[in-house]
Formats: sequence, C-alpha cells, structure tokens
Amino acid sequence: MATLTEENPLVEGLERLPVHPTTLVIFGATGDLAKRKLLPAIYNLAHEGALPERFNLIGISRSDIPHDDYREMARESITEFSRRAADEQVLSKLLERMRYVPGTFDDDSVYEQLEREAKGFDEEAGIVFNRVFYLSTAPSFFPVIVGKLGEHGLDRMQAADVRVVIEKPIGTNLAEAQELNRQVLSVLDESQVFRIDHYLGKETVQNMLAFRFANGLFEPIWSRNFIEYVQITAAEDIGIGTRAGYYDQSGALRDLVQNHMLQLLTLLCMEPPVNFSADEVRDEKVKVLHAIHPPEPEEVSNMTARAQYGPGMSGGEQVAGYLQEEGVADGSRTETYAALRLEVDNWRWAGVPIYLRTGKRLARKVTEIAVTLRPVPHLAFKAQGSVGVQPNQIVLTMQPNEGVSISLGAKIPGSRMRIRPVNMEFLYGTAFLSESPEAYERLIMDAMRGDATLFTRDDEVEAQWRIVDPILQGWSQQDGPLPQYPAGSEGPEEASSLLEPGQRWRAV
Amino acid sequence: MEENVWSAEDTTPSAIEAALRELLSEQHLRGRAYAPARVLNLIVVVDREWKGEIENRLERVGRYHPSRTILCAVEPGRGAIDAWVTMRVEGDPRPGELALCRERIVLDLGEHQLERLDTVVDALVVPDIATLVWSPHGHPEAIDAVRRLAQVVLVDSVNEPDPRAAVGRARDLSGDAYVVDLAWLRSTPWRERVAATFDPSPWREELGRISSVTVRHHPPSQVAGLLFFGWLCSRLGWRPGALVGRNGSLAGKASGRRGDVGLALEPDERMSVPGLAGITVETASGMSIALDRGPGGLRARRVTRKGQESAWTVLGASRGEAGILGEGIRQALLRDPAYRPALACAEAMLG
Repeated sequence: MATLTEENPLVEGLERLPVHPTTLVIFGATGDLAKRKLLPAIYNLAHEGALPERFNLIGISRSDIPHDDYREMARESITEFSRRAADEQVLSKLLERMRYVPGTFDDDSVYEQLEREAKGFDEEAGIVFNRVFYLSTAPSFFPVIVGKLGEHGLDRMQAADVRVVIEKPIGTNLAEAQELNRQVLSVLDESQVFRIDHYLGKETVQNMLAFRFANGLFEPIWSRNFIEYVQITAAEDIGIGTRAGYYDQSGALRDLVQNHMLQLLTLLCMEPPVNFSADEVRDEKVKVLHAIHPPEPEEVSNMTARAQYGPGMSGGEQVAGYLQEEGVADGSRTETYAALRLEVDNWRWAGVPIYLRTGKRLARKVTEIAVTLRPVPHLAFKAQGSVGVQPNQIVLTMQPNEGVSISLGAKIPGSRMRIRPVNMEFLYGTAFLSESPEAYERLIMDAMRGDATLFTRDDEVEAQWRIVDPILQGWSQQDGPLPQYPAGSEGPEEASSLLEPGQRWRAV
Repeated sequence: MEENVWSAEDTTPSAIEAALRELLSEQHLRGRAYAPARVLNLIVVVDREWKGEIENRLERVGRYHPSRTILCAVEPGRGAIDAWVTMRVEGDPRPGELALCRERIVLDLGEHQLERLDTVVDALVVPDIATLVWSPHGHPEAIDAVRRLAQVVLVDSVNEPDPRAAVGRARDLSGDAYVVDLAWLRSTPWRERVAATFDPSPWREELGRISSVTVRHHPPSQVAGLLFFGWLCSRLGWRPGALVGRNGSLAGKASGRRGDVGLALEPDERMSVPGLAGITVETASGMSIALDRGPGGLRARRVTRKGQESAWTVLGASRGEAGILGEGIRQALLRDPAYRPALACAEAMLG
C-alpha cells in the first residue's frame, strides 16, 4: 500500500489517529469469544467513533444462517455483553455493515464467497479496504485458514494491507508452535501476523512499561544489587466452570504460565527499549526469555511444583474438587496449580529467583508482581526490639485493584523504637477519570492500525515454549497422583519447597 | 451508593476543611476499601438560582466525576457562608475491591466574596492535583481570583453572545492557564473526520488544493465554526483573512500556499443543540467531502476528482451536552497543542 512519508498536519493534538478503511473478517463468528468479546468490543469502538471512518465486518462460521440472522445474533451479543448500553442508531448502522458467510474453514467456496463479499464492499465504496482476518477458532484451524487465504490470493493486496490476528494458544508445545509458525509464515510475512495475548491489551499491564521507564525512582534499584527475589502471582478463586474440555487438555502451565505470566516476567525484567516501536520492545522481551535457563530434566522437580484442587470451601460454599468437576477425565493428572522458580541469567538479574505461581480455586482472585528488596545491611536499633522490620516490597497489582504499593518500615508511636511495616499505596482507580477500555478494543484497533507492539512475535512464542517444554516433559515422566490442595486455600504446601530459606509466598 | 453529609450555617473555610478531614477519617476507619479519589479539583461558580441545574449537569457526566467539587453558589446580598459537605461512596465493595469516595462542597456565598474567592477555596482544594475552574454564569472576577490556584479554566465560548468577546476572553485566559473550551471539544469528531479524509495518499495531496470550506452550525454556535476554521488555518499554514457578515452568515477568505480558500459560516436553523451541523470541504481539482449529522453518526458524502460519488455513515454516538461537559473535565488532565493556535487564527478572522 502506498504510504506518505510526510506527516498528516491535521492529526496534531487528536487523540484518535486516522485508521485506513478496513473490512474485518471474523472466522468463528458465532463462537463464544466472538459473542462475548469481539462483537461487543467492535460495538464500543463504533460508539466512541473510534473505528475507521469506513468499516465492514464479515462473519464466517459453520452455522448455515442468512445475513439477517447473523445480524440478530450480533445484536443480542452486543446488547448482553457490551460494557455500555447500546445506542440503537449506532448499533443499527453497525449491523448494516455486517455480512455473513456460512461454511467450514476448509471449504473453498467459503473463500470464494468471502472474496466476493469483500470486493463488493470495495466496489460499493470506490476504495480498497484493508483486510484484517481474525481467527477466533480452535487452533487446529489456524493453518487451514491461513493456507486457504494463500490459495485464494487473499493473503496480499496491492493497494491495501492484509493482516491476520491469531488467538492463543500457539501450539501446545514447542514443536507445535514452531510448526504452526512455519505454516503461517509460509503464506504471510511476520509483519502481517498479530498473535494475541489479551493480557497485553490490559491497561495495567501496559502501565508496567510506564512504571519502569517513566520513573527515575525505581531504575537505580531494579537489579540484583537491590532485589532479593520476585513473585509473580495469577490466582483465581473460581474453578474450571464449563471449560473442562479445554482445561483438562491444557492445565495451568499452558493456560497461563506459557503466555500471560511470562509476558509479565519479560515486562518486569526487560531493558529499556530504544523506543516503543513494536520490534524494539519485542526485541528486549525476547532477550529476557533467552536469558532464562530452561530446567534440565533432573531439575524439574526442584524448580517446579504442581497440584490439583480438591474439595473445599470457596466463598462460604462447599465446592467440588477438580476430579469431581463435570467433564474432567477420571484420574486426570492435569495440574490446576503450577509454581516455578526461574532465573534470568544476565548482568542485571543473575542470582535473583523469580517465582511464578498460578492456580484455580485459590483463596482470592489476584494478579500481582511482588518485588522484595534486600534487607538493610545493618539495623542500628535492633537491640530495642524492632522485630517488625521487614525488607521493603514493591507490589504491582494488575487485578482486582490495579495499583502500586510500597511497604515501608515505620515507627510505632511510643517511647521505644519499635518498627512495623506500613503501606504506601497508589491505586489507579483513584487517580484517573476514565475507565479502562476492554483489552480487545485496544488490540482490535492496534491490529487495524498495524501496530504490533502488544502482540507476540514468532520468536517470542517459541522462546516461551523453550522454557515451558522441558517442564511439561519432566512432568509427563512423573508417576502417581498429583498433590492436592483444598479449594479456597493458599495452594499446595509443595510450593514452599521452591523458596529459599527465609523467603515465603505472599498471602493470596 | 452511600453519602455522609456535614453542614453548617455562617461558617468558615477552616471549619469546612476540618469537617472534610473528619469525614475522610470516619470513612477510612470503616475500612481500607474506601479510598478517596484524587484526580481533579473542580471549582464551579454559579448563580444560586441555577445551582440545581448545574448540579444536575454535573451528576450526568458519568465516569468523569471530579474527585472534589467545590460549588460556589452566588447570592446577591448574602453576607455569611453556608456550607454542605457530602462524601459519596460509589458502589458496595466486595472483599478485596475498592470503593471510591468523592467529595462535594456546596457553598452559598455573596457577590462581595468573589473578588477574593481564592481565600475561601484555597483551604478546600486537594493540594498537588489538578484544579479546574468553571464559571458558567459569568462572574469573570471569580475566575480571575482563583487563577493562582487553578491550572485549567473551563469555558464554553458558545455561551458568549458576541464571538469577538468569547474569543478575546479565551485568549486572555490562555495566557496563564490551560483553557478547555467546550466549543472546541464539540468540533473534535469533525476535526477527526476531516483529518481521516485527508490521510490516504490520494486525498493527502489535495490538502494543498482546498479551495473552500463551509461550516453549518447551531445559530448561537458561530464561535465553534470559527475555531474549526482557525484549526484549518493553523494546521495548514493558511493566513486568515477577516470574515464579514452577510445575512446572518460570515464569509471571507484565507490565503493558502496555492491560492485563496473561501470560508463560509452558515447558521442552520434546524439545529437544536450547540455545536456544528455540517461541513463541506472542496478542492480545486473537483474533490469534495461533506459531513452532516445523521442517525448513528456523521453522514459522509464524497466526490472524487472523476466525479464518483459515495455516501456512508461514520459511526459514532452523540455525546450530548452531559458528555461534552464530561469530556471537558477529562481534558483538564490532557493538553491539546492545537487549540491555542486555532484560537489565535479565529481571533484574526474577527479582525
């Protein structure tokens, strides 16, 4: 597509920059993700006037329904799941721009009809729309769809950009991820591929970049010289719900650690990028992943812990254990809790343990990074009984209360020098007027704009799997039932064995 | 939603400030989940008879509520200050969640207090966060009095019947404060769409060939159109010429690099809300784009150099006047570098 090197003088000061007219194609357009997230996100962008000035949507799915039925389904989804009440006029106009193509993803006639519909939009407008293909399907269809796009010449256009958005998971192990990347990149350039990790679309995750690189306060202490250890926690208080089919195949390590939690780790540990362009940021993140030593087979049991939730109490209610959940295979050895001890072997981080843990049916829902600083070298008033002195902690909370807190030692009022930890807290909710947009709103706009900063590059995904793969292999060689932890608890006791003497897991 | 209220007649700023601290302390003792919002102070100066209407407008700004609002209701002849302090908690926090507290202070005071309003409100603003002042019923002396406290002044230039006075006042205020002008914010979707129109390469080349711009507007919103013209002049390097009146319209020219650009401001009697009703931009090579309000967004009509016409709707919900005010409050935390140059050009067009 022709681009002008000269800046558009009219965009100065505008919050919303122009986006080229776009036709968005959703594969899996009647699926759960499309209904709950994608269509409501697109509506919210339309409501705010943030979509490209000309926008069309084509849904593709197996259900054999006419355009109007698809529009009605979209209307119902948006009405039910949008974060704001729908404006009838905007919604109606948006639905007018929707088309539907029924069929299976390996059926050539689907792509022929897709091309006709997309070209019809171009001809009607007298311009060529960019194409964004959003693959909201089971991963097994990713290579099928990309292959068919290539066969039908839909992978590239002379006068417009073509991009493909791929949902996670990118494979279930390194070999699958490499094979999927190979298949996708045999048709597309990497610059056309947008691998979504919706965690990166969350404002609070992006705020980590601001926290680290917009504040001179923290950079001098952000190294092995001052940091004792780091804990990254993604705890959920809910069970697997109706996702047994997916979860029993996946488990906690693949579901959260391989993608979301390693993303948090890289943002925490990366060096400052030269600028915030997509590749500069991703280059720095990949360097961190490369610096993580994947466990050798004999190290897996010392560097990791896994467990399943058993029956217990959650929210005051008795709840079933994982093995009793509907849809879970008898005797399943899928972990619902995973904890890891990793190290980033580079100049900045060498020797600093970085602990990751995630689990379902834990005591509380929380996603946070806790950075524990080294203790002060000498405590002058120790003799006066200041047993309350603790190393400072910097805690970055992603959810539920997004913010930053720093624990400090403070004197307890009185005649003696007694210390106890107090918190200095900053809560995003108290300091900004606007509510955060849904992650999918940001990511869909970025894909339409062609900004890949918040998407995962091929080498990044593979570097993630290089860390996780040996753990999966090590676990597969272990026999016997998994350790259990009661639902609603802090997790299994086995996780404590990963910590060094004097360290402890933060309370969930 | 839960409210704690304190009130007093014939009171003082220090007594009100002490009451605020006491209410906050009480709230904090009830639980750590109650956190005071600390984003923005808003000082509003209103005529007492319109206090309720302004309070209603502020209620409807949705998520853009200021953290602490100090509403000064001016009553001619009043001597003492009466005060009501309300601490409002939004939502009912579940364990682990946060509930934001917002404070509203309503002061009934006399006209004679406006010239030194700073001595009244200084003790009541939260320090170290942005302070915005808005005086929708005039009272310029009140704004002048609190300019040392407020970094941002909210104005609505379409409320001033004389565009020259409106633009002059905004220019004066922008000398030592950041001005958020609701008249400017009403033109934002229009500016975004014109910028988008001229973004693709075939249209970008036409920027230098724009030959005329017509803006249709709500009759009292002429200044919103002037600001739009000012924006085009300042961004495209046009030298603004004086606009002259003609049958209720204003018309004139700006000098572009490749020739003159005709400018026309036309009142649209059908338009019932403040702001712009439509825009038409034409180029010397025969291209044109027209944008008009329509259901579900802006109705766009475009003609290419070859005479091909197309029409579509640029999707977007109307923000309404409450939305515009909310946007004005949000903008107090941002900085738009395009407004002051646009304002300067608008002033030049008024001669």
